[in-house]
Amino acid sequence: MHPAFSVIFLTTLIGAAQGLFLALFTAQSYAAFKLLPQPDAHAFYGQGSLLALLLLVAGLVASFFHLGHPERAWRTATKWRTSWLSREVIVLPAFMGVVFLYGLAHWLDWHPVLMTLPGGLPVDPSAILGVAGTLLAFALFVCTAMIYACLKFLAEWHSPLTVVNYILLGGASGFTLAAAFAAATAPELVGFLAGWAAIITVLGLLSRGASLVRNARLKPKSTLQTAIGIKHPKIAQKTQGFMGGSFNTREFFHGQPVAVLRGVKWFFLLAVFPLPLLLLLSGMQGGIGLLVAAFVVQYAGLLAERWYFFAQANHPQNLYYQSIA
Amino acid sequence: MTQLALVIDLNVCVGCQACVTSCKEWNTSGSAGPMVDQNPYGADPTGTFFNRVQTFEVGEFPNTETVHFPKSCLHCEDPPCVPVCPTGASYKRKEDGIVLVDYDKCIGCKYCSWACPYGARELDEQQQVMKKCTLCVDRIYDMTMDADDRKPSCVKACPTSARLFGDIHDPQSAVSIAIREGGGYALMPEWGTHPANHYLPRRKTRITIHEDELERADNPLKVDRQLPRPAMSEPTLDDVTTW
Ligand code: SF4
Ligand code: SF4
Repeated sequence: MHPAFSVIFLTTLIGAAQGLFLALFTAQSYAAFKLLPQPDAHAFYGQGSLLALLLLVAGLVASFFHLGHPERAWRTATKWRTSWLSREVIVLPAFMGVVFLYGLAHWLDWHPVLMTLPGGLPVDPSAILGVAGTLLAFALFVCTAMIYACLKFLAEWHSPLTVVNYILLGGASGFTLAAAFAAATAPELVGFLAGWAAIITVLGLLSRGASLVRNARLKPKSTLQTAIGIKHPKIAQKTQGFMGGSFNTREFFHGQPVAVLRGVKWFFLLAVFPLPLLLLLSGMQGGIGLLVAAFVVQYAGLLAERWYFFAQANHPQNLYYQSIA
Repeated sequence: MTQLALVIDLNVCVGCQACVTSCKEWNTSGSAGPMVDQNPYGADPTGTFFNRVQTFEVGEFPNTETVHFPKSCLHCEDPPCVPVCPTGASYKRKEDGIVLVDYDKCIGCKYCSWACPYGARELDEQQQVMKKCTLCVDRIYDMTMDADDRKPSCVKACPTSARLFGDIHDPQSAVSIAIREGGGYALMPEWGTHPANHYLPRRKTRITIHEDELERADNPLKVDRQLPRPAMSEPTLDDVTTW
């Protein structure tokens, strides 16, 4: 497939935002159970939510560049019964709304006790919003990934690993960002967040590695024989029926030599996993420069990862567009 | 239930592209707006087409065969392109099984084209909506036309009658009979899309003649084996006498 930058930015930006929100609420939950010190709620949760919201808006803006008719985008919410894309379009604004309210609750110090858990733990609106946001963050990961994973013709995507990768890679970049952000606003949480960022990054390496191994072994189900229905081992296309390009030749081919593909793969394998890991571990003590570098490197790596994700997918329609004459 | 479809006879198609041009001509002039070309007279012309004719070579020289292969939306009975559409712009008509795009609802997200394994959908670069074969839905029900003209434009244009049009759910229709008796097949059956359009295979006209059909079994010269058996090339009794 031809990697579209609108979608690359959309998926990586909202992935980081979802991960960041999960990191914020994880920290809040730990702090509620007194497993972590209480950070400055204004700065960490309030501004952290704002940062997540900005990333989400940036992703949303990027996604509009993918549409031919952005002014009709509201229509996309209508077919949620069958379309994962429609579901994503519903869950994304819902998640943005909850992130906004969550940040607002912390910003306004709005903490009335709504009820008390059996252990004597007070529940305030931010806790409820946090749980709702967590559910929506995971729902959004699933929707985004299923847009790709549900297409059975694209064997490279049609796997549960796609969903796992979206969750883990978004989570890793979000936690890394949270660690860098905490270095500025809540130094007492840096070790905790950087530690989780490192763990999720390692898990992400395992699942992304597994999908690379899986994809390398795929055998295409469709062949020229099934494409035109002629049983002969030797079939060659002489002409695709036109000489200039068409939508089919632009949308479904990445047009890059194998060397570029391989280069991008090794770049993202380095930039998403070992480099940020090193930076995270050395920044654990609160080195803000190192942690920001970890996020920047990992995010750049994820752009490459997403590019590769699209480029590697081989659409069966390509069988019909092999030759010009 | 009706399922309109094309049946394309690969044994007859000569790859003349008449269906491609007549399709474009009819559909670019319709109420849905033009199918605009970009750079039509430049080095790299491109544009939206509903129908393409491709050419394949089967076999290895000198035992090759050229197969011309017209390709358009197959109006799948279980179309994977429809459920993925977030707006409902892509839909399959209940009454005749035609898969259509509502150009007023389509947002040009291209997701349906990803979900079609055949590459049958093309985004119109100018209108930024998804386009594909409509089976000339604006022709086949037009009662102001002669009954004979109420067929897709490509079918009317084909000089070799390689394209048949009809209801494949009616067992007595010409298309159903052609599929049944001519070995009609669907493309990429492995995806379970159940394309409505079918293709008829290339076929050779052969007759098998057995040895005994070349000799007269009742040749009296041979019946009692009294006379030496005449060679195959010698005349039989019928050829030399009239009794
Ligand atoms: S050929 Fe493609 S576009 Fe046409 S109905 Fe089938 S899946 Fe949809
Ligand atoms: S491009 Fe149009 S028809 Fe296709 S999925 Fe998107 S909205 Fe639906």
